[in-house]
Amino acid sequence: MSFLTPQRAAIAAALLLLVTLPIWVGNPYYINVASQILFFAVFALGLNVIVGYGGLVSLGHAGLAAIAGYTAALMLAAGHGHFISDFAAILVTLAASAVFAVLSLRGTGIGFLMITLAIGQIIWGILYRWSSLTNGDNGVNVSGRPAPFGISLASADSFYYATLLVFLAAVATMAVFFRSPFGASLRGTRDQARRMTALGYNVWLIRFLAILISGFWSGVAGLLFIYYNQFISPQVATLTASAEVLLMVISGGTATLLGPIAGAAIVVIMKNVVSAYIVRWNLVLGVIFVLIITFMPEGLVPGSVRLWRTAWRKLSRRDGVIPAKTEPTP
Amino acid sequence: MSRKVTRRKFMAGTAAGAALATLKFPTPAIAQAAPFKIGLLTIKTGPLAQGGIQMEQGIGLFLKHKNNTLSGRKIEFISADTGGNPAGAKTKTQELVERDKVNVILGPLAAFELLAITDYVRDNKTPLISLAAAEDVTQRKANPFIIRPSATSAQCCHVMGDYAAKELKYKRAMTISEDFAFGYEQMSGFQRVFEDNGGKVVKKLWPPLVTPDYTPYIAQIQNVDCVFNGFAGSNPVKFMRAYADLGVKAKIPLLAGWTAMDDALLRSLGDEAAGTISVAWYSADGKTESNQRFVADMQKDYGVLPGGYTAGMYIAGQCVEAGIQLAGSKADDRTAFAEALHKVSLTDTPRGPVKFDHFGNVIGDVFVRKCEMKAGKPVNTVIKTYPGVSQFWTYDEKAFLANPVYARDYPPAKNLEH
Repeated sequence: MSFLTPQRAAIAAALLLLVTLPIWVGNPYYINVASQILFFAVFALGLNVIVGYGGLVSLGHAGLAAIAGYTAALMLAAGHGHFISDFAAILVTLAASAVFAVLSLRGTGIGFLMITLAIGQIIWGILYRWSSLTNGDNGVNVSGRPAPFGISLASADSFYYATLLVFLAAVATMAVFFRSPFGASLRGTRDQARRMTALGYNVWLIRFLAILISGFWSGVAGLLFIYYNQFISPQVATLTASAEVLLMVISGGTATLLGPIAGAAIVVIMKNVVSAYIVRWNLVLGVIFVLIITFMPEGLVPGSVRLWRTAWRKLSRRDGVIPAKTEPTP
Repeated sequence: MSRKVTRRKFMAGTAAGAALATLKFPTPAIAQAAPFKIGLLTIKTGPLAQGGIQMEQGIGLFLKHKNNTLSGRKIEFISADTGGNPAGAKTKTQELVERDKVNVILGPLAAFELLAITDYVRDNKTPLISLAAAEDVTQRKANPFIIRPSATSAQCCHVMGDYAAKELKYKRAMTISEDFAFGYEQMSGFQRVFEDNGGKVVKKLWPPLVTPDYTPYIAQIQNVDCVFNGFAGSNPVKFMRAYADLGVKAKIPLLAGWTAMDDALLRSLGDEAAGTISVAWYSADGKTESNQRFVADMQKDYGVLPGGYTAGMYIAGQCVEAGIQLAGSKADDRTAFAEALHKVSLTDTPRGPVKFDHFGNVIGDVFVRKCEMKAGKPVNTVIKTYPGVSQFWTYDEKAFLANPVYARDYPPAKNLEH
């Protein structure tokens, strides 16, 4: 195996692109959009753990991100430091994810979906109505961004780099996780849950752990969200918010590493950039989703790969090259 | 890229202009300055879109009246749709401030949007002229970059409390409003003044923002002299229909806040609105010269009777014009412009005279109106004007601010009955 495979070259190019982004973008507004894409990508990657690899579709994940965001925001408002607030936020989110998992794993398929939907709505309801704790509809302001190791994250550039670091960590752990035996067993529970049970795997435990991992990254995304917006309100826990992240995963391509990232990019760009030019941007977003589902039901990233392969094969056939009978699995 | 070219062209243009000026063509220096940028935060999608579209019409009509030039400055107008949620408002504000570098922001519509961006506009020193009513932005957390020519949530409701107790001689009242900040602040303002004048609020109902059927709430209404409602968006129409259909309207009179009886709602209403007494900081039947022109042109251009959302942005436009004039050569300095906005004092706006207190909130007239049927259509007619109403009503400012902000249970309702 040579050192510079096309895949490694692509990864290196993507990294270079991401690291130098603030330099060639220049305008802080677009750097901020890039930061948003990255933390929504972290969120979508987290959700993808259970949607893509676990086959468990959740409509309540915005609630988990909101729990992290609210815990940190309320602790910061009470005068605690950033480190302790964020740490507590992650712990609380993990605990909430465990409860979430125990309740929702009573069912799979539609049952799972409905329970997660209900839990998401309960979290939203608590945030909205328990106004003595959460300040209700008025939301909670976060007074400033942290300055880890003395580097202030107040500027668009520094916040982008911090988000990029978290994002890269998320991508790396995902990549390692899915190659691991545990990742394989999670895919096993998705495809053949009964056989996995027959083979002696504890399907429930595997799913439970997957939801914890997924909840952890949702919580991290929630923290980035509040530091970015410096504000949180019950809107982040709405059904729409959960559905949006699910759409990112599904449109980009479930059970892929790049899919959720591409999905996050599409949604964030439509919402923030295109909406400035097209009033009916919701319609455009809808049309894009319909097109993706029609022509690439497996999602944008795997779909593009398939179309590219087909096109390439046709081209090479014209050149007289006999194509391989079975295509290598991606 | 295009931005750079424009700037370069503009520099060349200025240089040429300066050269020409020395060759004695004494053009006013201000006419050659870069355009003054106005950004509007509005809502064009979702359940609050109707008010958002009315806001855009209001500022649109004003710029048309002024031929897109305010105090000699060419105006560049940028509209941004927040989608009616706080995170969207934040992103769109960043877009207006960081990408478009606007001189002033108009809007947003909803209180929770304003609360999400108030720190940001302060940190980024961008003046903002608000329509949203969130009390604390001009009270306990006053922001030197924000002025509000519309009203705080309770500003009109204080008046309603006074009118209901003193003129209508009501003793027992119920309140009903959406279960969110704007509702709490409105109902608390009414309750405080009503009870300070001898009335009693005996029941408070809080249906959620999205309520498909008001019957269960209306069924609880009995044994009171009046019901004060503070609904917003399209909810008042639904509520008033149910209120009339269930036969309660014939027995118990209905009082309304400004959003609950906005003039723009009238075309969706019929008999069920007749008799409702409302308070508002803007009334389409206002007699000022600018209001008559405003209403006539809104009818001509859009075929609608304008309400508070439209008038609020028209008046915001007038404040920008006056602000540019006051700031003079410093109009492009955001801090100086914000200071100038606080000093604005207008005599002829669609709502009447407008000036600001030292927190940047309007001191202006509030109208009590009665809805009557004229030629088969409901029309709001002013029956009493309270001149120069402050956000603190008649209370002492220091004592007012020493209390917490109006909330669901503040001030506590001591006369509730079950």
